[in-house]
Amino acid sequence: MNTIGFKIKKGILYFLLILLGIICLLPFLLMLVNATRSGSEIVTSFTLIPSSHLKENWDTVFEYFNLFLGMLNSVKVAVPATLLSAYFSALTAYALAMYKFKGSRLIFTVILIFMMIPGQLGLIGFYNLCTKLRLVNSYVPLIVPAIAAPGTVFFLRQYMLCVIPPSLIKATRIDGTNELYIFHRIAIPMMSPGIATMSIMGFIGNWNSYLTPMIILNKNEKFTLPVMMATLRASTDINANQGAIYLAVAVSVIPILLVFAFFSKYIISSIAAGAVKG
Amino acid sequence: MKKKKGLRNYDNMGYLFVIPFVVVFLIFSVYPVVRTLYFSFTDAKIAGVGETNWVWFENYIRVFKDKFFWRGLGNTVRIWGVNIVLQLGLAFLLTIVFSDIKYKMKGLGIFRVIYYLPNLIAATSIAFLFQTLLDWRYGTFNQLIAGIYRLFGANYNPINWLGESATAGPTIAVISSWMWFGNSFIMLMAGVQGISKDSFEAAAIDGAGRWTVFGKITVPLLRPMLMYVAITSLIGGLQMFDLPFLMAQPTSASYDSVYTAVMYLYKFGFTTGTTQTGFASAIAYVIFLIILAVSLIQLKVFNKED
Repeated sequence: MNTIGFKIKKGILYFLLILLGIICLLPFLLMLVNATRSGSEIVTSFTLIPSSHLKENWDTVFEYFNLFLGMLNSVKVAVPATLLSAYFSALTAYALAMYKFKGSRLIFTVILIFMMIPGQLGLIGFYNLCTKLRLVNSYVPLIVPAIAAPGTVFFLRQYMLCVIPPSLIKATRIDGTNELYIFHRIAIPMMSPGIATMSIMGFIGNWNSYLTPMIILNKNEKFTLPVMMATLRASTDINANQGAIYLAVAVSVIPILLVFAFFSKYIISSIAAGAVKG
Repeated sequence: MKKKKGLRNYDNMGYLFVIPFVVVFLIFSVYPVVRTLYFSFTDAKIAGVGETNWVWFENYIRVFKDKFFWRGLGNTVRIWGVNIVLQLGLAFLLTIVFSDIKYKMKGLGIFRVIYYLPNLIAATSIAFLFQTLLDWRYGTFNQLIAGIYRLFGANYNPINWLGESATAGPTIAVISSWMWFGNSFIMLMAGVQGISKDSFEAAAIDGAGRWTVFGKITVPLLRPMLMYVAITSLIGGLQMFDLPFLMAQPTSASYDSVYTAVMYLYKFGFTTGTTQTGFASAIAYVIFLIILAVSLIQLKVFNKED
């Protein structure tokens, strides 16, 4: 085997892989650098060296909107939605996997059908419902529907059938324990890796969601982060200063980067798990 | 006897446990879908305002005759098409590189994380980041290209990436593939790693060459996976909204080549001044029927594979 040629080829491959990595990271790097530069600096030259205008950009951005309020609002929506989805999806999945009752097959079939239905199909009816229930500008329509997440129920049901032997549940029953107690103390701990996987993906999806919050929320002080970010368009002050735009984007991106820093392993394995299932 | 009765009681707990799901599901998922179906057969202008009359299939006929809807759908498919070729092509190449038995590339863990990173960021943030980077006159991206041209003594005539019909669609497509190729790569890699470790080892023991392994093991294993990723991506791609909605410039000539089907739905469903609830509902159902057709084809293809 010609080892020099082999090593060169391998080196080229690594070079290309790293180049692709740079392409993935460069926009974020430019964002961070440009967030510290003034509008006039950015439009005249290109550099990777930070400048000293962070404070001015910060003032321009926060004069226009309070991104931290947007983050807080996003937390108020994404955290309860994720928790509700985790708990009730697990409960529903448990019921579908562990009990034989009339209608359970029907529910499972409907879940499969709704997994194929695109989210925007019912959007008009959903908005109409929210106006009728006076839920426009409320977080209720962004949080409560998370209780019924067909995709999560489906995943957790399959997961449960793999990890919890029904005999185990039967054995605990002989002791006469309460069913809900069994679910809380035995099923949830055993399913926790599956629940964690779905929760992290669900949280990211909720955090980044744009279309539904945009339709439901129309008061500035209620805007979640993505909806608030989208109003950048309307600000002439910020659009006159590219540094401010970069800073606004940077601030909006940081929370999710932190989440990723801690959970990247989970996130990547959950995509892989979904792939193998598919 | 007592025990049997007890068992039946246990199963009744199932009803209790699914109640929250069923109630919320009926209210927030089933009802809206049915309500939208109802609207699609009426002349509702703004839902709940004014008189509403049944018009049956009039809205659907209008959708089918509406060339702007079909152009929107065409734009969607075109942007998706460019995106999927780049996204899957890149993911496929990466999978080949990382599963090669001769090169045994290291660092899969860290590369996966980096390649996946763009997928995490909200489309709103990505849209503004790239809009600013790609600004025609003052954007950093054109400055970079101009710098490279200058190195070779050439003059760069800045391209208005998002403002011209020829480049706006492909630009949005490239940004989408930049966002999604890491995701596809992880899925394809999982396909190779999950199923075939034994086959790879067996092949190595048998002394099979790497091209034999590649042709006889890797590609056949990846083929259904590629199909799966492509079709799920098509279902998602037909609902494309955030990125084109935020990056398209409504006042520029390029708008006609980048507005998507769901943006068209949004125009009639939720935009003040152009709201026509009945028509928008019909658009929603036509998009759904198209997606349904794609899903059915998917099922058929996969049942054959099995």
